[in-house]
Amino acid sequence: MAPSFDHLPDPEEEDYDEDEELDFSDLRERYEVQLEQGLDTFVVIDGLPEVTEETRPKLIKFLLRKLNGVGKVREDSVHMPLGDDGKSHRFAFVEYATPLEAATACKTLDGVSLDKKHKMEVNKLTDIERYGREGRIDEHYTPPKLEEFTEKEHLRSWLADPSGRGRDQFAMYKDNNVLIDWNNEKDTPETIVERPNWTESFIQWSPQGTFLTSVHAQGVQLWGGPSWLRQKRFAHPYVNLVDFSPGEKYLTTWSHRPISIPEDGHPQLAAEDDGKHFVIWDIETGKPLRSFPNAEVPSAGNDEAGNPIKRKMQWPAFKWSADDKYVARLTQGQSISVYDLPTMLLVDKKVIKIEGVMEFEWAPATPRRDGVKTYEQLFCYWTPEIGSNPAKVGLMSIPSKEVVRTLNLFSVTDARLHWQSDASYLCVKVDRHSKSKKSLATSLEIFRVKEKGVPVEVVDGIKDTVVNFAWEPKGDRFVIITTAEVAAPSAVPPKTSVAFYCPEKVKGAGVGNFKHIRTYDKKNSNAIYWSPKGRFVVVATVSSQQSFELEFYDMDFEGEKPESDKDLTANLQLMNTAEHYGVTDIEWDPTGRFVATSSSVWKVPMENGFHMYDFKGEQLREEPVEKIKQFLWRPRPPTMLTKEEQKLVRKNLREYSKVFEQEDADRGASADLAVVEHRRRLLEEWMAWRHTVEQDLEDEREALGLPADPVEHLIKKTDESEDQVIEEIVEEIVEETEEIVG
Amino acid sequence: MRPILLQGHERALTQIRYNRDGDLIFSTAKDQHVCAWYAHNGERLGTYHGHQGALWTVDVDPTSTMIATGAADNTVKLWDIKSGKCLKTWDFDTAVKRVEFSEDGSRLLAVTEKRMGFLGTIVLLDIKLDVNAEQSSEKSLVITCEESKATVAGWSFLSKYIIAGHEDGSVSKYNAKTGEQIDNVQIHELDYSITDIQWSQDRTYFITASKDKSAKIVNVDDLEIMKTYTTDTPLNSACITPKKDFVILGGGQDAMGVTQTSARQGKFEARFYHKIFEEEIGRVRGHFGPLNTVAVDPQGRGYASGGEDGYVRIHQFDKGYFDFTYEVERQAKAAAQL
Repeated sequence: MAPSFDHLPDPEEEDYDEDEELDFSDLRERYEVQLEQGLDTFVVIDGLPEVTEETRPKLIKFLLRKLNGVGKVREDSVHMPLGDDGKSHRFAFVEYATPLEAATACKTLDGVSLDKKHKMEVNKLTDIERYGREGRIDEHYTPPKLEEFTEKEHLRSWLADPSGRGRDQFAMYKDNNVLIDWNNEKDTPETIVERPNWTESFIQWSPQGTFLTSVHAQGVQLWGGPSWLRQKRFAHPYVNLVDFSPGEKYLTTWSHRPISIPEDGHPQLAAEDDGKHFVIWDIETGKPLRSFPNAEVPSAGNDEAGNPIKRKMQWPAFKWSADDKYVARLTQGQSISVYDLPTMLLVDKKVIKIEGVMEFEWAPATPRRDGVKTYEQLFCYWTPEIGSNPAKVGLMSIPSKEVVRTLNLFSVTDARLHWQSDASYLCVKVDRHSKSKKSLATSLEIFRVKEKGVPVEVVDGIKDTVVNFAWEPKGDRFVIITTAEVAAPSAVPPKTSVAFYCPEKVKGAGVGNFKHIRTYDKKNSNAIYWSPKGRFVVVATVSSQQSFELEFYDMDFEGEKPESDKDLTANLQLMNTAEHYGVTDIEWDPTGRFVATSSSVWKVPMENGFHMYDFKGEQLREEPVEKIKQFLWRPRPPTMLTKEEQKLVRKNLREYSKVFEQEDADRGASADLAVVEHRRRLLEEWMAWRHTVEQDLEDEREALGLPADPVEHLIKKTDESEDQVIEEIVEEIVEETEEIVG
Repeated sequence: MRPILLQGHERALTQIRYNRDGDLIFSTAKDQHVCAWYAHNGERLGTYHGHQGALWTVDVDPTSTMIATGAADNTVKLWDIKSGKCLKTWDFDTAVKRVEFSEDGSRLLAVTEKRMGFLGTIVLLDIKLDVNAEQSSEKSLVITCEESKATVAGWSFLSKYIIAGHEDGSVSKYNAKTGEQIDNVQIHELDYSITDIQWSQDRTYFITASKDKSAKIVNVDDLEIMKTYTTDTPLNSACITPKKDFVILGGGQDAMGVTQTSARQGKFEARFYHKIFEEEIGRVRGHFGPLNTVAVDPQGRGYASGGEDGYVRIHQFDKGYFDFTYEVERQAKAAAQL
């Protein structure tokens, strides 16, 4: 019922007791006018030089210049009291027009130097009231309580597969659920954990598989351990992208929205992070190391309509050196900033100026150049032609900042940098234009980083443009995909060719020149997926409308080698082909035993799910998963066995495999046995049920006096003699020849 | 299995029926006439003309004397198979979606649509299995479906019960003499319509097909679900094969959405499952629209499917079909012979 005046007690009424004391204290407390709020526009400036009556206006004038940068301050709103001795107390009160201006003044002017000796300390008057008043803060230091040590779960427990089979895990993000499964090859995957709404936009594994990353509007969370507990939180609001350092020590987060630190602070970020886009975090401590604004991308000029061309954002923007020691960011066309970790300070306190620099890439492993004994990390970069200077590819050593190798190139349209996983080679894919700038051709400039003087070998003779390139991991062979036409936005993608290269055989140690093995023409392939252990490679057509081929190649086929390839260090063989309708993503498991292909609802609206193949391309499993968004194998950390131990394992492989094969066979047999047993039971149950039903029916018919067959008596018996036999003789001429008898 | 393609209809097929001997096939489509075919070679025996609306259903009596048909022109007609003459027409208030003869051919049931203020009903008619006899116009019993309309219905063994499948996914059992509802069980997912009911040979259990992408075998006695066959597409029809312990399921992407999907995604295939083990055995492709109806030869020699594409495809089972057995089945058979 709505309140109305009828229900209010009438003060005239007798039962109203005027003397009754009402306790308003709670209301008073709540609604009392807070006079202090009026002081929000005041700030207190400490750390000023001592002045006298005469010099005071001069200082105020000087201060106003600084203060007016934030908001409007008039001369008479700066109040600088003088003491009895006619000298100032080295502080001043300033009144701004609004509390907001006062707040920004505290943020921006605090710590600003006036001259060499004096530094302003700007605080809100209310803060001084709040914290500075005597008794508000305990004068005695009480040490913070140390929390009891509790042992955390082992973050790498998953490597010891409870079934003892060394299986791998994968994560799936489908509809709103995230689940993590053991891969069971042919059999249904075993779900370890499934949680609804575990993430808000996507999931990501850390590079060594320790953490599963979930992304939320409030920030990023890392999960791990056998019970999948939350390990860390990185509260970067509205985070869009996440990038880990290769050793899982640091993490970069990026949001397209600038960070805004609320008035009352932020649990992890500080006031100086306000307005920034990138944050680099230390994973172990969970603390931010440094934040950065978005790089100002110089406009790439205007397009035909006069609008500035928008450049795609480079991700990862901050690139890590292989050992988590440095992180670097490119300012396109100008410089590369290399920061030391974990201090996040510029190496030598200077950015590395490289005029025109387009792109750079760290060596993915700590390089070991011939004759170089000191510690170094390498990165390569390239610069386009500027004026009459040629385009350049350079290798720079950090921390010495020495350019160890450069290569001049002409007529360059674009270049791509591809490191081999051990940093033994660097391939620079150079797209060159002819003089008329009409046709394009590609050459591959391969730097042999580990050899003395870093010699460069050129692989040319490629007439078409190379659209994809991939090194064999830990190997020295590569696959390229070329296309004759320059990819134009047409409905039918152009035909492509897939070419394989390997080094020539040479006497003694060393690697021979790179030679072409074979090219397969008239393909639709657009993607190359090497097994993480090398040797096997999948060439596929992904995210295409028309074709969905997967081709499994072996580079070291154990069969006969064609005569023409006898000088090559490879024996190429197509092992198998497969098709997965609507395939969008392909990923090898970290051990190189299986390939999972998936079709994500983000890219294809129907028939979502994943297929599992073994390395030979044999399909093991096909599983439709409605609304699957991501399928991600859990990466593994690098092996802890030494080279010698690994060699020993390889030597005794036959013995080990015998044991495993036996185990597999036993498990298969017992599974088969269970299936057969289940079927037998089903069959017996069915037969027994049928038997009783049939018996009941027969009995019921008999009781009703009906014949056993309900229909037989209805059909009129036809006299056998009336039956006619109709014979149809069909003559067929098999052959007809005419001979003229002379 | 090389199919025989019957191109006698101009529009989507609605039902196919074999006669008891399995030598004749009757098919109805939305193009207003019924076709009769020889099952062994696909030659057309004749057509039955007279309906004024889309035909929904057909059934043949056990003696292969006459057929009954139901159509969107709100009538049920009885025809002489041999002469093609219409023997009798019953008028109803709404379209007739399903007809079925009882096992001795003496009674006929008709399921009428819920429309224009009329509730869905199941109507029973008495039939004299004689082409020269005068058929009674009277409806011997009317069962009204108050809750959810019946979409399909059939006669149980001994014509004791009428089993009806409903739009809400439930199955009801009625006393065929009194029309009293004995039982109603939610067999399929709620509000996924039951699209077909077909019988085992002795009518003691039946198979249901539903839009919930599954088919189930249910026994008549207590409407208990015996078996479930789960697929990845809405189902329109299902039947139980005699001689072999299989079931055949037909369906596909809804007719409404068909124009937006290619044949690949439509899943227009007849699927074979093992009746007892509930495992898929094989698929037969060929239609380029969803399968609206599947029917199996009561003698177990072949099956026919009718699609939204307007074609009937007759398949004669080959040796591989008859030879296919599971190890456990062979063992059980061998054990029985001992």
